Amino acid sequence: MRLNETPVLRVKNLIVRYGDGCPACQENLDKNRCALCGAIWAANDISLDVYPGETLGIVGESGSGKTTLMRSLYFDFTPTSGVATLRDHKDGQENIWGASAAERRMIRNIHMGMVYQNPALGLRMDYSAAANIAEKILAAGGRNAGQMTGRARELLEAVEIMTSRMGETPKNFSGGMRQRVQISKALANSPALLLLDEVTTGLDLSVQARVLDLIRKIKARHGISILLVSHDLAVVRMLADRTIVMLDGKIVESGLTDQILEDPRHAYTQQLVHSLI
Amino acid sequence: MNKNYNFAFLDEGSKREIRRASLKAVAIPGYQVPFGSRELPIGRGWGTGGIQLTLSLIGPDDVLKVIDQGSDESVNAVNIKKFVGLCADVKTTTDTREATLIQTRHRIPEIPMTNDQILVLQIPIPEPLRVVEASEEATKRMHAEKDYAPIWLELYESLVKYKRIAIATEYPCMVEERHVMNPGPIPKFDNPKLHDAECLCLFGAGREKKIYAVPPHTKVVSLAFDDVPFERESFAGKRCRLCGSAHTYLDETFDALTGEKVYQCSDTSYCKEARGQCV
Amino acid sequence: MAYVAVSGGREAIEESIRLLDYHKSGTDKDIEIEAIENKLSLLVDRVMSEAGLYAKTYAALALKQCEGCVEEAVFLLRAYRSTLTRNYYTNEVDTEGMRIVRRVSAAFKDIVGGQILGATYDYTHRLIDFRIGEEIFEDARKNMQALLAAQTPEPVAPCPRVSDGLRKEGLLDVCAKNDQKPLDVTMNAPVFPAERSARLQTLARADTGFVSGLAYSSLRGFGQAHPTVGELRCGYAELCVPYLFDENESVYIGEILLTEVECFNAADDTDRLKLTAGYGAVFGRNENKAIAMAVLDRELDAGGRYPAQNEEFVLTHGDSLEMNGFISHLKLPHYVTFQSKLDAVRKTRGTEHE
Repeated sequence: MRLNETPVLRVKNLIVRYGDGCPACQENLDKNRCALCGAIWAANDISLDVYPGETLGIVGESGSGKTTLMRSLYFDFTPTSGVATLRDHKDGQENIWGASAAERRMIRNIHMGMVYQNPALGLRMDYSAAANIAEKILAAGGRNAGQMTGRARELLEAVEIMTSRMGETPKNFSGGMRQRVQISKALANSPALLLLDEVTTGLDLSVQARVLDLIRKIKARHGISILLVSHDLAVVRMLADRTIVMLDGKIVESGLTDQILEDPRHAYTQQLVHSLI
Repeated sequence: MNKNYNFAFLDEGSKREIRRASLKAVAIPGYQVPFGSRELPIGRGWGTGGIQLTLSLIGPDDVLKVIDQGSDESVNAVNIKKFVGLCADVKTTTDTREATLIQTRHRIPEIPMTNDQILVLQIPIPEPLRVVEASEEATKRMHAEKDYAPIWLELYESLVKYKRIAIATEYPCMVEERHVMNPGPIPKFDNPKLHDAECLCLFGAGREKKIYAVPPHTKVVSLAFDDVPFERESFAGKRCRLCGSAHTYLDETFDALTGEKVYQCSDTSYCKEARGQCV
Repeated sequence: MAYVAVSGGREAIEESIRLLDYHKSGTDKDIEIEAIENKLSLLVDRVMSEAGLYAKTYAALALKQCEGCVEEAVFLLRAYRSTLTRNYYTNEVDTEGMRIVRRVSAAFKDIVGGQILGATYDYTHRLIDFRIGEEIFEDARKNMQALLAAQTPEPVAPCPRVSDGLRKEGLLDVCAKNDQKPLDVTMNAPVFPAERSARLQTLARADTGFVSGLAYSSLRGFGQAHPTVGELRCGYAELCVPYLFDENESVYIGEILLTEVECFNAADDTDRLKLTAGYGAVFGRNENKAIAMAVLDRELDAGGRYPAQNEEFVLTHGDSLEMNGFISHLKLPHYVTFQSKLDAVRKTRGTEHE
C-alpha cells in the first residue's frame, strides 16, 4: 500500500438518485428515501480514493449503496452526479462518467477488471473459458491468436483451473470455478484496478476460502489495487487494508481495517463487529 | 418489352432514390445504407436487392449479364434476366468481358472486371454482426462505435473449437479499416477479389432494405489473426474436368455413369472461354 | 461424357409455368371474379389486409390467378401496388363516424349507441352443411333479396367509442395528440425504436397467422395477462383527401370496410393502477387479426423479455412477402455455398484430401 502516491481511482461526491428529489431531501431521509418526495438516494455523496497496491474494502448491508457505487464505476449505469478519475485514463484529469461510449469500453477492458457476484454478468457462458479471456484482449486490440491462447493458459493456471479445460464453456463449470474464470478474465489486460462485487457470496465455505486465498495471492504477485465490496466483514478482514462502512447510501466510517475492527466508532459498525465475533 | 410498365419497371422517383442510396454507399465504403426497398414481382429473398440496384442503374445502352452460382443458365439467373428483359429492352450476354452490368448471386466472376463495369451482388443478410447480435438497434450502435470485439471473438472461438476458422461463406471483411462488412454468401475464395478491384461492387439486400458498396481500389481485408492467416477453400490437386483449370472455384459433382467424384468450374462463362483458348 | 450439367433453365421454367396453367384449368366449371369477390369475401378481406391495398376486384383476380394461395395473392397485389405512384395521402380516417355493421364490447353490457351483433360466425355450430353442395343458387339469392325488400331500412347513428367514457373518468391512459406525418413503411427502411405509426402500419399489413400466433403466446403466459376487448367495431369509414387548391377543404373519395379494436389492460401508474389501451385496425371484416394487433400494440408499449414484447422481433418477422420469400429462397441452388461449407467441415475433420 502506497498512500503517498497518486491514487489509482478517485471518486468525489458520487450521487445516484432515483426520482427528481426536492430541496428538503437531506433533512427528511428515512433510510435512503426522502419522506417528502419519495426520491431514493442510492448513493449519497460518496468520496473515496484507492491507492496503488491497496485493497479497499466496502462493507454494508444490502441497500447501503455499495453495489451502486461499484456498478457506477463499471458503467453499468450512469450516476446522477459526481466525478471519478483514473490515474491511467487521461492522467486522472477527466471524469470517466463523462467519457464517450468507446472510451468507456476501453476503460472497462484495459484499466479495470470487474468480478460480479453473478458470473453470468461477467462471463459469456456459451463461449469457452479461453475465449472469455481472449474477449478482453481482443477488445484492447490484440490480434494474435497464439499470444491470446498463451495468456489465457497463464491466467487460468494462476487461478488453478486445469488448462486442459480451457476449451470448455463456463456452463460446465462449478460456481467456484466460474468465479475463478471471472477473476482471470478481469486480469486479462493487467489492469491497475480490480473491482470485486460480493465475489464469494453464495459459495460453499471451503470454496469461498479457496477463492479468497487466490485473491490474496494475486494481490501479492501483481501488486494490483482492489476495490472490494462485501456484506461479510470476515471477507473484508481477510483482504482489505482499509475499510469503508456504508449505511443507507452514505459512508459512516472509514479507516484502517484493523482499527475499525478493534475500535469501531459508529453504532452500526459496532453492531457489525459484534455480530462477527 | 411490356409497355404497361415504366422502363426498368420501377418509377423514376424510386430509381433515383435507390441511386442516391448507392451514392451514399460509395461515399462510405462498407457502411449499410437503409433504403425504402420496393416490392417487386420477384420474391423477397430471391435477389430483390440486387434487382432493384440493377433496375435503378440500367440504361438502354447497357449489356446485362446475370449469374447464379457462377452460371448464366441457372433457373434463378434466367428468371431475373427474363424479368429485366420484360421491362427494359437491353442486350444480355453470358460473356463477362462484354457485360457492362453483372448481377450475381453467390459468386464473383473469375475473369477480373474492369473500371467500366459494375458488379451487383444479391445479399440475403447484410449485417456481418448478426451472427453475434440479433438486434438491429444493437448492431447499428456497434458499427458506430467500431465495437468489433464480438465478431473477432467468434473467429477466435472457432480456433479454440476446431483449430481453424470454420466460417465458410459470408466471411467478414474490414473495409478501409473502418467498417466490418458482410461480403454476402460468396465463398471466401472470392473475398480477395473485392480488394483493390477495378470495378464498382454494389451490394443490395431487398428484404433487409440495405445497400452498401465497395468502390474501385478500396482496401478490403478478410478478418484474420496476425499468426493465423486468412485461408480460402482449397481445391489442391483438383482440376476442372472440362477446361483443366486448377485455380478456379470448383463445383463437386458426380459422374452419372461411373459414380465417380468429378470437379468443374463453377463460373461457366470463364470455363467456356478457357476451353476456347485451349482448343 | 455421361455427366449432364445443370442448365436449360429457360425451358424448364416455361414448362413449369405451363404445368401451373394445367392446374388452374382444373375443371369445366369456372369461378367468376365477381363470385370470388362477393362469396369468398373474408378471404378477399384477408388478402387486402396483408397486401395493404384496398382493391376487392384485384384481390379476387389475384386469388384466381394463383389457385387461391393467400401468400401468392398478397404478393401479386403488393408487386402491383409497388409500381403505382402515390398521389395522395388521405386525411385521418374518422372511425368514430363510421357506418357501423357490427359492434361489440366485452367490457360493458350497456354501451352508448348499443351493441350490434351483426354478422359473425362466433355463434354458429361448425357443422359441415352438406346441403351447400346441392344448393340452388338462384333460389337462395332470390329468397334473400325478398327478405331484404320486406324490411324498412333504419339509419345507424355514429356512436362514440367505449374508451371515451373511461378517458373522461381519467382511468384510461391518454395518448398525447400527435400531428406528425406518419412514417410510410412502404417507402422507408425501418428504424428501431420505431415510431408508433410505423408499428401500427406494419402490424396492420402483417401476416394474419403470425400476428395471431404471437398475440396468443402473450395471452398464454409469454406476456401480460389477458386483456379485455373494450370495443370491436366493424363498418364503413369515409376516406377524404385534401383538396389541392385549399388546404382546409377535402374531397370525399369513397368508403372502405374496416375492423377496429381497442383492448384494455391494467398497468402500473406509480403506486396506483391505470388502464391502458392497445389499438388495432385492419381492412375488411377481419376480427381476430384486429384483436391480435391490439394485443401486440399494447405488449410493445409495455416491453419486456417475451417475443411478443420485443419490438424488433415482432415488426421484422411478420411480413408475408418477406417471410415467404426468404423461406422459399431455400429452394434456390446453393451449390457454391454448400461446397464452401463442405470444405470447412472436411477441414475440421481432417478429411480435406479425401
